[in-house]
Amino acid sequence: MRRLTMTMTATAALMTAGMTHAADVEVLHWWTAGGEAAALNVLKEDLAGQGIGWEDMPVAGGGGTQAMTVLRARVTSGNAPTAVQMLGFDITDWAKEGALANLNDIAAENGWDEVVPAALQKFSKYDGEWVAAPVNVHSTNWVWADKSLMDELGIDQPQTWDDFIAALDKAKEAGLTPLAHGGQAWQDGTLFDAVLLATGGPDFYQKTMIDLDPEALGSDTMKQVFDRMGVLRGYVDDNFSGRDWNLATAMVINDEAVFQMMGDWAKGEFLNAGQTPGEDFLCFRFPDTQEQVLFNSDQFAMFSQGDAVSDEQAALATAIMSPGFQIAFNKVKGSVPARTDLDVGELDACGQQGYEEFKAAASSGNLFGSFAHGHANPAGVKNAMYDVITAHFNGEYDSETAVEELVTAVEINM
Amino acid sequence: MSRAEPAFRRGPFDRLRDWLPKLVLSPTIAIVAIFVYGFILFTLYLSFTDSRILPSFGWVGMKNYENLFRIRAWDTAVTNLVIFGVLYIAVCCALGLLLAILLDQRIRAEGFIRTIYLYPMALSFIVTGVAWKWFLDPGIGLEAVVRGWGWESFAFDWIKNGDMAIYTIVIAAVWQTSGFVMAMFLAGLRGIDGEMLKAAQIDGASTLALYRRIVIPQLRPAFMSAFVVLAHMAIKSYDLVIALTGGGPGTATELPATFMYSYTFTRNQMGIGAASAVIMLMTIAAIIVPYLWSELREKS
Amino acid sequence: MPTDFTSQAVTAGTGTPAPIRKRRRTAAAPRVILYLILALFCVYYLLPLCVMVVNSLKPLGEITAGGMMALPEQWTLAPWSSAWSTAQVGVDATGLRPYFVNSILMVVPAVAISTILGALNGYVLTKWTFRGATLLFGLVLFGCFIPFQIVLIPMARMLGLMGIAGTVPGLVFVHLVYGIGFSTLYFRNYYAAFPTELVRAAQIDGAGFFTIFRRILLPSSGPIAVVCIIWQFTNIWNDFLFGASFSDFDSQPMTVALNNLVQSSTGVKEYNVHFAGAIMAALPTLLVYVVAGRFFVRGLMAGSVKG
Repeated sequence: MRRLTMTMTATAALMTAGMTHAADVEVLHWWTAGGEAAALNVLKEDLAGQGIGWEDMPVAGGGGTQAMTVLRARVTSGNAPTAVQMLGFDITDWAKEGALANLNDIAAENGWDEVVPAALQKFSKYDGEWVAAPVNVHSTNWVWADKSLMDELGIDQPQTWDDFIAALDKAKEAGLTPLAHGGQAWQDGTLFDAVLLATGGPDFYQKTMIDLDPEALGSDTMKQVFDRMGVLRGYVDDNFSGRDWNLATAMVINDEAVFQMMGDWAKGEFLNAGQTPGEDFLCFRFPDTQEQVLFNSDQFAMFSQGDAVSDEQAALATAIMSPGFQIAFNKVKGSVPARTDLDVGELDACGQQGYEEFKAAASSGNLFGSFAHGHANPAGVKNAMYDVITAHFNGEYDSETAVEELVTAVEINM
Repeated sequence: MSRAEPAFRRGPFDRLRDWLPKLVLSPTIAIVAIFVYGFILFTLYLSFTDSRILPSFGWVGMKNYENLFRIRAWDTAVTNLVIFGVLYIAVCCALGLLLAILLDQRIRAEGFIRTIYLYPMALSFIVTGVAWKWFLDPGIGLEAVVRGWGWESFAFDWIKNGDMAIYTIVIAAVWQTSGFVMAMFLAGLRGIDGEMLKAAQIDGASTLALYRRIVIPQLRPAFMSAFVVLAHMAIKSYDLVIALTGGGPGTATELPATFMYSYTFTRNQMGIGAASAVIMLMTIAAIIVPYLWSELREKS
Repeated sequence: MPTDFTSQAVTAGTGTPAPIRKRRRTAAAPRVILYLILALFCVYYLLPLCVMVVNSLKPLGEITAGGMMALPEQWTLAPWSSAWSTAQVGVDATGLRPYFVNSILMVVPAVAISTILGALNGYVLTKWTFRGATLLFGLVLFGCFIPFQIVLIPMARMLGLMGIAGTVPGLVFVHLVYGIGFSTLYFRNYYAAFPTELVRAAQIDGAGFFTIFRRILLPSSGPIAVVCIIWQFTNIWNDFLFGASFSDFDSQPMTVALNNLVQSSTGVKEYNVHFAGAIMAALPTLLVYVVAGRFFVRGLMAGSVKG
């Protein structure tokens, strides 16, 4: 009966709403900005159609860290929310504590195993059990470019690292800021992610960022990565430190800077400023990483409230994974759906391109969790790496010291 | 007449009356015992355990402390607290006292000016952080504006400079609290005995000597209140740093409060976070306790 | 002793004009400088607020185009109405409006209870002292320095055990616990200067513990009560960490909503709406400062004459 209602459309849902008064779901999340919160409203409406009320518990800040703090207080006080938005290793950590509900039945019924790529399943599942439902896939190795400036300077879309440097040089000669960047640890990390992948290739990324192999971390290739970060630092203006990412994006929008390296959420800023993808701005993969996709994925985990998953939690999980919601949500959010079997004609050009590349990368083993966004290694290691990368980018370490510090940082925090 | 009376009626009711003051005080004592000292002991215990995401009770001895002292950011945080704390308390007191003395000169529109000085205290840095950040940013704030006026060589880029960034934190922090300190001193000034001032003036003391010898020594209780308020704000400064610099550039403006929060909650290293809290509390105790001791003992 | 006190008060009142008259005659130029200095500091204190107000009255385009410090080219009130009633702070586009009530429900009892308790504590600690009273006060005071980050988890556990997790009384309780140190400090220092002889005299006349408090100390506690209320109100209203951690979906205070409005990580940042919301969220505290600030000093002056 329960499963039946879930697949029903709005007309049928009207009937069930009158039937039983199901309990409400309390959802802890950090999607509070206009577009993404509105997109989440789709989910709320969906559940309302099934007679399930939505108790909204938004806590923004620090890309979800604030919400995770609140979550800990809530769980400790014995008052856990029904469902919680989570990222990467946080899901694994909570699953280890035995706090998450097992969603295997729902997953089996809806065939999640077939449609969700293995790289995502690594986080959605713990010990063979589904514990979270992925909502979206953001990809982080994008370059955003000012098309009018590129045309003016005669820059073609750079395909390799050398192309990219040549393009940056042209911009610098023209007196522009070549690379718009905000000096915050996670932004430095996002840049580092892409440079490392471009320099060392996918195997190196796997070894260093995911397997945390000390030998690879201390290798000459790693030194080259830091050297390249130093090179990029030369193309960033002097006022970069502490700048919010969206003010960096504004520099590209306002024709002050030519490129920005940022995740796909930057698209929203361009669209909001009335720009059109392909005409006013371009989106392309970071040079030398065209084949790969670095991702982070927002997921919803259900907190176990007794023995089995409650009907409401099951309904929520199913609704999250439904094709309709995945498309509707990601159209607004700028990310792509987390399942690979959808027709995404409704997404814009960048979105469609992103989805195709995501699917291709997933099937060719080129889909990697982004280190900067907590999908390659646990929070302790990630932040320790941030410290080193940021210190190097701000000129506190030279490349050799940075490599040494990186090895130590991983060792302490493993 | 009334003086002898109590001696007659010493019954159970009177004993209750003797106990009444302590009874009134007891909820506070209970609250403080559990929610302050109990929690401090709990934190002390946690600092010896392998707690990561939630408290867990596997004993690891001194390992968290060993790791803590291997982390460079912790050194930076402690050094920063010393620089920040000393400057912040000193500047706030000096500025607060100066403004209080100036405002005490029968100023017209005193109430209006006082409110302007006082209002920043009403705002949290969640509110003012972005405004401060922009104002201090050389690209869009003060530097850009002054250069726009034609002073091309004007430079104010402290917030982007790892060595100077901590001082911008002091500027914003002083902005927030100095008005409140001013009000405390002003209240102190208004409570000073005019007789003594007049006598000293008749004796021919200069205004400066008047303030140094008579006025400022009488402001001691106000100093104590101000010190406690400021010290507590300095130690708890968290919002401020997060809003202004996020601890950057690099880790240049990390403070123990941000360090502790980051290890406990962002990095899931609750054990190390607890260890840093213990060290911090011990440091606070080492500074505050002797001060409170001397102040309180003299009075009673 | 009491007579001595009143005589002092009278001379204090009449004694002050003399130096003033003298100063007025001699110092015209220094007074100009004095006012200049005061005005300069006004600029320092007002600047951030001006940046906020100015930017809250601009369309977003002007801000992202780089004119953060300039006056608006096109004035608009749209950010204000958006922040108040239509901005997205969660799934529903409610603006900040509904959260005001939550904050008030939390702040009023927390401030009232901690102020009353603080006054009683100050009264006991100064007028009914006993062995160890000073030590006790020191211990309470030291409690003010406990970093809130470390109390979060154990406090959550305690609230859970007490059955008030995620409720308004729970929040009130937390703020009471960590506000009591300061309210005790304020009242204790204030009452310490209050003539103990008056209390003793009343005691001899047979007045009880609470009668003395109500009849003798309370009537002259106005100024310090204002200080204490201002302090508690500001801290509790502006608190984010406790408000976010110990509230439920239907009791989130204003600061959490404001934070949700301002801190979205990957969404478009509407700075003008953020500023409008920020000022709005700060209005109650600003109001307390403007209104109570007046009583604060008026009361203080009365207090200093009385002693």
